[in-house]
Amino acid sequence: MLAGRTWVFEQKPVIIGTATVVGPEEGNGPLANDFDIIHGDKMLGQKSWEKAEHVLLEEAVKLSLEYAGITREQVDFYIGGDLLNQITSSSLTARTLSVPYIGVFGACSTSMESLALAAFLVNAGGAKHVVSATSSHNSTAEKQFRYPTEYGSQKPPTAQYTVTGAGAAVVAASGSGPVITSATIGRVVDMGITDPFNMGAAMAPAAVDTIQAHLKDLNRQPSDYDMIVTGDLASVGYKIALELFRKYNVPIETTHYDDCGLMVYDLNNQPVQAGGSGCACSAAVTYGHLLKRMARGELNRILVVATGALLSPLTYQQGESIPCIAHAVCIENGGNRA
Amino acid sequence: MANKNTKKVTPTQKEYQDLAKRIEPKRPVFKNCARAFLVGGSICLFGQVLQEMFMHYFHFDQSKAGNPTVACLIFISVVLTSFGVYDNFAQWAGAGSAVPVTGFANAMASAAIEYRSEGLVLGTGSNMFKLAGSVIVFGTFTAFVVGLIYLIFGISGG
Amino acid sequence: MTYVWAFVVGGLICVAGQILLDVCKMTPGAAMSTLVVCGAILDGLQLYEPLIQFAGAGATVPITSFGNALVHGALAELERDGWIGIVTGIFEVTSAGISSAIIFSFLAALFVKPKG
Repeated sequence: MLAGRTWVFEQKPVIIGTATVVGPEEGNGPLANDFDIIHGDKMLGQKSWEKAEHVLLEEAVKLSLEYAGITREQVDFYIGGDLLNQITSSSLTARTLSVPYIGVFGACSTSMESLALAAFLVNAGGAKHVVSATSSHNSTAEKQFRYPTEYGSQKPPTAQYTVTGAGAAVVAASGSGPVITSATIGRVVDMGITDPFNMGAAMAPAAVDTIQAHLKDLNRQPSDYDMIVTGDLASVGYKIALELFRKYNVPIETTHYDDCGLMVYDLNNQPVQAGGSGCACSAAVTYGHLLKRMARGELNRILVVATGALLSPLTYQQGESIPCIAHAVCIENGGNRA
Repeated sequence: MANKNTKKVTPTQKEYQDLAKRIEPKRPVFKNCARAFLVGGSICLFGQVLQEMFMHYFHFDQSKAGNPTVACLIFISVVLTSFGVYDNFAQWAGAGSAVPVTGFANAMASAAIEYRSEGLVLGTGSNMFKLAGSVIVFGTFTAFVVGLIYLIFGISGG
Repeated sequence: MTYVWAFVVGGLICVAGQILLDVCKMTPGAAMSTLVVCGAILDGLQLYEPLIQFAGAGATVPITSFGNALVHGALAELERDGWIGIVTGIFEVTSAGISSAIIFSFLAALFVKPKG
């Protein structure tokens, strides 16, 4: 069913298995115990950063199938994306998986973009099992979007630190696990921010726009959720989002509002400037940490709003501002609230 | 960079940008400048010591001693870059590590090392000047212009 | 005394670079290019050589001296060989810097992998 920009999934597709694989810095962060695999070597013994990211993603996908209790042959579709040019990490993983593949690009919003699409497919009867996965790597992101990793440039306090990791989820028509009840697809919002070292400021308006649309479409209030969490606004974008909620009279204080970029690292003790970013930020925190809290009954209905900055190194050099987008997915425990 | 001003900004965007500017943490300019002064000065001081050493022990004369000094500093910078410590040091030192010739060497070495995974020719060879190239291009062009001015106005060189 | 001035002048040139980065919000590449051009112009105005006499390595180590060296080479050849000297002389003085940077960087790429 469609309400405005929001899909309501009457068939309640289930997340029957997830897996998260991260790098050393994330393994030193506050959520270390929630991740399935922590790698000590950022290059994972590979010959390049890009090959390492591919390995991260493949590991996460394979492990998620194991936890879901299904085989590769049972997967109907694989929907995924990442930050690399031509989303090669996902394509190479799809090559190994050898199942029908839909590649998507939403920058750091890819996790929820692909999860929303997976839920839609399953809900519409177009698939029984869909894998939704994404990855990011600090070094591949630095190399592609900014500078070689050993280059001595001084990062400003608004900069964010790309999470090295991957998160995968298996969505099924039936089974045990948290259910996806609705998803709101974002639209591109650009407030003219041009500084690629200040993504939080660029993405906050998109996050607020999608959250407002979601609440309006379903005629709900923030208090209907145990938690609303944005993907990677980090400290700067988070503060701006709070201001925007205040300005648009969204009573965000009636729920627990947090941001994955603030949760994945210890900002006081790790050199991550404003906080985490990257596709894996929202994926690893959601699939690793938040779903575990849901399983323990600490959270029953959450709204995960992954945020993405859709720039390229070229658009920035050509003077273009940063267009952003945010996709929201509502995940609930099986026993639903009203 | 010049392109930034050609985009028209709507009132809504302007309002938002003002809000974002208000909230964003300001760069610690004074602290950064102090660190840059300290580190930059120290590297230059070390360079001076090196230069004197080359003059006294290796008998380079004043005008030529700069060459081995620069080569030495570049070598040290490349070694530190290779050990993966230059970037951490630079986060603290800012322009203090970027402005001396050590910054130039780091720019070249970091690019060379990073792109090795794409092969020696297409990777390292093509990308080595990725960051340092603009310095050479603009320096050369300015030297050309200055030379041209000297030629046209018949000024005699220093 | 040259040691003191080497420290002070070198430090001040770095502060100028820091201001370009933090206040003018330039990228590192743009800031360094600006400094090189400044060094070149200062030599064109015959002000950089006296600075080197005064501050020693404080003026020769920062990237501004690269601009100075490029101009110096061009002007020296201009004196010697006439108009063609403008193009033949540019890289004469800076050769040590550029050559060693290329050579050592290449060696580094051969033996080292990035640490991230």
